[in-house]
Amino acid sequence: MSFDLEQFHEAFFEESFEAVEAMEAALLKLDVGAPEADLINTIFRTAHSIKGGSGMFGFNDIMSFTHTLETLLDELRSGAMQLRQSTIDLLLKSVDVLRDMLQAVQHKTAIDTQTVSDIQFELELVVAQERKTSPVGPVSPGQETAPEPSAPATAARGWHIDLQPTPEFLAHGCDPVALFEALAALGPLAVEVDASRLPAFEELDPAVLALSWRLRLDAEVPKAAVEDVFAWVADACSLTLEPLDGQLPDADAELESASGEAAAGGAQAPVPAAPAPSDDPGRAPAAQVGSDATSIRVSIEKIDELLNSVGEVVITQSMLTQMGAAIGGPFSERLQSGLSQLERHVRELQESVMRIRMLPISFVFSRFPRLVRDLSQQLGKKIELKMTGEHTELDKTVLERVGDPLVHLVRNAVDHGIEDASTRERSGKPAAGTVHLNAYHKGGAIIIEVSDDGAGLDRDRILAKAREKGLIGVDEVVAEDAIHDLMFLPGFSTAETTTDVSGRGVGMDVVKRNITELGGYIDVSSTQGKGTRFTINLPLTLAIVDGQSVAVGSETYIVPLVTIVESLQLGRGGANRLVGQGEVFSFRGEYVPIVRLHELFEVEPRTRDLEKGLVMVVEGDGRKVGLFVDDLLGQQQVVIKSLETNYGRIEGISGATILGEGTVALILDVPGLIRLASDNLAAA
Amino acid sequence: MTAEATALAQEGATLESRQVLTFTLGGESYGVDILRVQEIRGWSSVTRIPQAPDHVLGVLNLRGSIVPIIDLRRRFGVGQADFTPLTVIIVLLVDLPSGRREFGLVVDGVSDVVDITSGDMKPPPDIGGRVDGDFLQGLATVGDAMVILLDVDALISKEMAMIAPEERDPDV
Repeated sequence: MSFDLEQFHEAFFEESFEAVEAMEAALLKLDVGAPEADLINTIFRTAHSIKGGSGMFGFNDIMSFTHTLETLLDELRSGAMQLRQSTIDLLLKSVDVLRDMLQAVQHKTAIDTQTVSDIQFELELVVAQERKTSPVGPVSPGQETAPEPSAPATAARGWHIDLQPTPEFLAHGCDPVALFEALAALGPLAVEVDASRLPAFEELDPAVLALSWRLRLDAEVPKAAVEDVFAWVADACSLTLEPLDGQLPDADAELESASGEAAAGGAQAPVPAAPAPSDDPGRAPAAQVGSDATSIRVSIEKIDELLNSVGEVVITQSMLTQMGAAIGGPFSERLQSGLSQLERHVRELQESVMRIRMLPISFVFSRFPRLVRDLSQQLGKKIELKMTGEHTELDKTVLERVGDPLVHLVRNAVDHGIEDASTRERSGKPAAGTVHLNAYHKGGAIIIEVSDDGAGLDRDRILAKAREKGLIGVDEVVAEDAIHDLMFLPGFSTAETTTDVSGRGVGMDVVKRNITELGGYIDVSSTQGKGTRFTINLPLTLAIVDGQSVAVGSETYIVPLVTIVESLQLGRGGANRLVGQGEVFSFRGEYVPIVRLHELFEVEPRTRDLEKGLVMVVEGDGRKVGLFVDDLLGQQQVVIKSLETNYGRIEGISGATILGEGTVALILDVPGLIRLASDNLAAA
Repeated sequence: MTAEATALAQEGATLESRQVLTFTLGGESYGVDILRVQEIRGWSSVTRIPQAPDHVLGVLNLRGSIVPIIDLRRRFGVGQADFTPLTVIIVLLVDLPSGRREFGLVVDGVSDVVDITSGDMKPPPDIGGRVDGDFLQGLATVGDAMVILLDVDALISKEMAMIAPEERDPDV
């Protein structure tokens, strides 16, 4: 091989992993009773393309395995084999093996050959049992078992096309090659050129067409379809169509003469050298299906670069707007309208770029049908998984990090939520439990719900467990609606017996922490005997935050809007000094500590007088504080830039952003700020 | 290789020259490798960073990236302490263990770009003092003046270690 194939490996792996996913999804959709031919074809095609790719790159283990898989799939496809539940199970296992193999090859680790050969043997066994007659040994990978149905032998029905173009054919803008390509799309096409009228080279006029063609189209298409191809050139040629009777002179010989004369024709006219696909009519439509280019692959860095540039444009645009407002004179009005147009376009541009990073949540949801299927088999429960809103889009970064918490919630729902069939029937429910995954947009957030129609949360058990673990005092009274929140505390797990399914040492506290880290929150509601619903609320993107800008001295800070409870001005004597607690004020019946931002960040404020500034009540990690700032400036969406990569981690600051006038403003991390303030207080 | 060629090659190596941007800081001349310099810009006010050391003035927006600004005058304890329109920020590209970053250094003023051959370089005398010897690549004589060549990678790495001490593991 003269060039390095390795540069294409990554693309192969990416495509193959996607193909494996597609295979799995299609397998899960297959109905044992009435398998859809389309689905089986999809599965077969994906297996086939993995086989092709792995063969090209020399990943022989994968090729051999997919070949065996393909053989079985082909039997299913042709209807020679009945689809059974056990076959689907085996195919799903094969998908797992295939994924493992791809991963192993990608990371250049050893392939688990034992498992691979076990599954491969099972696949071969199934095929052999079905064929019964001829026992099948291990099939060698190179040998095709004719996966594509060959053209019916009786075919030979088609058209002879006699094309006699006028000399002005080319001058009319007609292109014979395009015609032949259009015909070739209908079916196998043989082209014979007649160059007898071709003048001597010295007399050649490239604009005059002196060739004529005799074509043979081997496809059962109506006459009108062929005529349609020539509809645009009807004036510039004479066309004769004759039905094909199957008795024709040797097409290959004709072709050869055609290309020979084409060479002789020289610069005269583009002579198509047999554009027709050779012998395989089944392949053309399949290739068309596979090659519809509705998406392209772009690395995330490129998109982030684009996003950065657009951010810069936004800043420049708002700078211009500010300057434009200060300019008077005759052009002022036109400048203003131009600037406001610019603003609108820039905003649209920014939104479109943001949307590039958005992916449908089905990328995460797609793993659940398999998960639920396996779990329910393992636990002997009947469970139906319902998914809605799979097309809801959210940022790729959020998407990647929401998977694990969701898996945990779904596992919990299947393992602990849904009761076994007999218990369900006793309580008058359908034997099959339902787990419902739902996603939708609400405001600037995405809501993901995981609900089940199981037993619901047992409040008494949660309470007892929390007491036993010492998470709450023995006599402590917990409000009804606060009981459910207890299970989000670290060190809490209600599973009486830790099963293989849940109880992997990861509790709900980790779920909650993951969600909180993404800037979201999780709620739970439950009705005993009816079911449980977890509601996750996440920001659409981690790249943008809705913020309130506040001023402290000459500095501007951004407070994330989701953390703000209320902003208020304290009256005289509205705050009290508490020994060892600093200042507090009364807010809706509770005492909330005041954190002076200027003290915490050592900035010279415009005022130290509580009555003259503003107190912003913010909440983080379930604690409220009143942030004392000079003034509120305005609400805006800001693009988050990491401070950590450029500078370092700062307690109380989650990142930075660039304001309209080009200066940097820090974004407050409210939970961190509250921790920092209480640490400072403890140290004082 | 002939003896002559070897000698030539050695001479070439010893006379390897490079360009250095020189700037003044409290009456002394300092130099940094010109290839590291991204931009020289006038003073504009920066966004302060809480809990930062005194000589870390804050961060600045430089074409969309957020660049920390270090006041070298305060860091070395020399030069003027005020910010005038003549105060200059030299933006440098620095190789850190965590990757390439941009940093801004505030200095009294930028002087010149000079060629320095390795023959002009002298190792710094080890006599201690305010400027840690680790940051010094050497001393170079240009004309009859001395230029102190700074190793910006070493300087900034040390700064970063002070600014962001080993990250605490959030899981512990």
